[in-house]
Amino acid sequence: MIFLNGDVMKIEILGTGCLRCKNLEANVKMAVEKAGKRAEVIKVTDIKEILAYGIMGTPALVIDGKVMAQGRIPSVDEIVKMLD
Amino acid sequence: MGVLEDFGAWVVYSLIGMSRGDPLAEALDFFIYDTLKIFLLLFFITFFVGILRTYVTPERIRDFLAHRKYGMGNVLAALFGIPTPFCTCSVIPLFMGFIRAGVPLGVTFSFLIASPVINEVAIVMLLGLVGWKITALYIGIGFIIAVVVGFVLGLLHLEDQIEEFVLTSKISTVAENSGKEVLSLSKRASLAFEESKEIIKQVWLYIVAGIGIGAFIHGYVPQDFFLEYAGPQNPFAVPVAVLIGIPLYSNAAGTIPIIQALMAKGMAVGTALVLMMSITALSFPQLLILRKVVKPKLLAILVGILAISFILIGYLFNYLLQ
Repeated sequence: MIFLNGDVMKIEILGTGCLRCKNLEANVKMAVEKAGKRAEVIKVTDIKEILAYGIMGTPALVIDGKVMAQGRIPSVDEIVKMLD
Repeated sequence: MGVLEDFGAWVVYSLIGMSRGDPLAEALDFFIYDTLKIFLLLFFITFFVGILRTYVTPERIRDFLAHRKYGMGNVLAALFGIPTPFCTCSVIPLFMGFIRAGVPLGVTFSFLIASPVINEVAIVMLLGLVGWKITALYIGIGFIIAVVVGFVLGLLHLEDQIEEFVLTSKISTVAENSGKEVLSLSKRASLAFEESKEIIKQVWLYIVAGIGIGAFIHGYVPQDFFLEYAGPQNPFAVPVAVLIGIPLYSNAAGTIPIIQALMAKGMAVGTALVLMMSITALSFPQLLILRKVVKPKLLAILVGILAISFILIGYLFNYLLQ
């Protein structure tokens, strides 16, 4: 995997700001801390940008450009595994 | 469910020591019994639907519905709408995904209508509170409305009413992993368990509040109180019920216990059914979101056709079930 900014992971949360998106963001932050990774967490709220990922459900979790989950909220432990 | 009933009665009459015939005791008894029953049902049903959902993903549905003809396409779309989760925030990506993959507009709408109307939370509430007959009636009517309304929208050829960007905006990444991955059964079960927890976390407060208000109505409002206003004899009850239902979406979980209590006090079954449908199918937040992907004319036609179908259904069932 190629990291653009050194070894900082790029995590994107796609969602228009509904409650579920906020829950996902909270889980992601906890997972990053738990995994001890250096990661940049970006919230993507623009609908056209979200649609560019070709997803069919929000919120969605994108790690280093790859869609890892969509339309559901993965648990903290599951996200920790995705970060490895 | 007998055990739960006994438990409710035991708490109220033995543990707290209230006397039988006291309206507060009756309300409390109802509250404890209904809440326990609903949460048990909610957990089991959301869990099994959750497992089903790991097989029936939006991507698979989209691929299956692409280029289907009107008629059969609407039936299949409404059928797939039943187990599919509904979150208002997913309407736009879902709509665009369907349209771009070649799912016809009317077929897409059959899916978009069936999905919120026939959702597992509403089914649990109905099953737990009003019995399987009305639940089956609700599911049947919801299904037929989704098929017919989608079919009619298809006949009207409203493709020019889709917002431009839905058809032209660039999809640079294809999300190919989610939905097509091979999962073990234990992984599916754990995903379903997470989802059950998530759903219960979202709706529990509404359910408790709704059952609380319902229990209060059961205990304190006189029998037949609503017969005059919302009974089968009042022709205005049905259209008013449809109108009231529109702004109530976010409390779908909380409104069904209240509607059940209203029915117990004389509201006609048809009126109650359309009130529930209007709550789940027509809602302001959902219409606002749909407005981003379709033009106002299509939206107006959709709301119009849905409202007319609900009113007709309400009258029909009030007449049949008298």
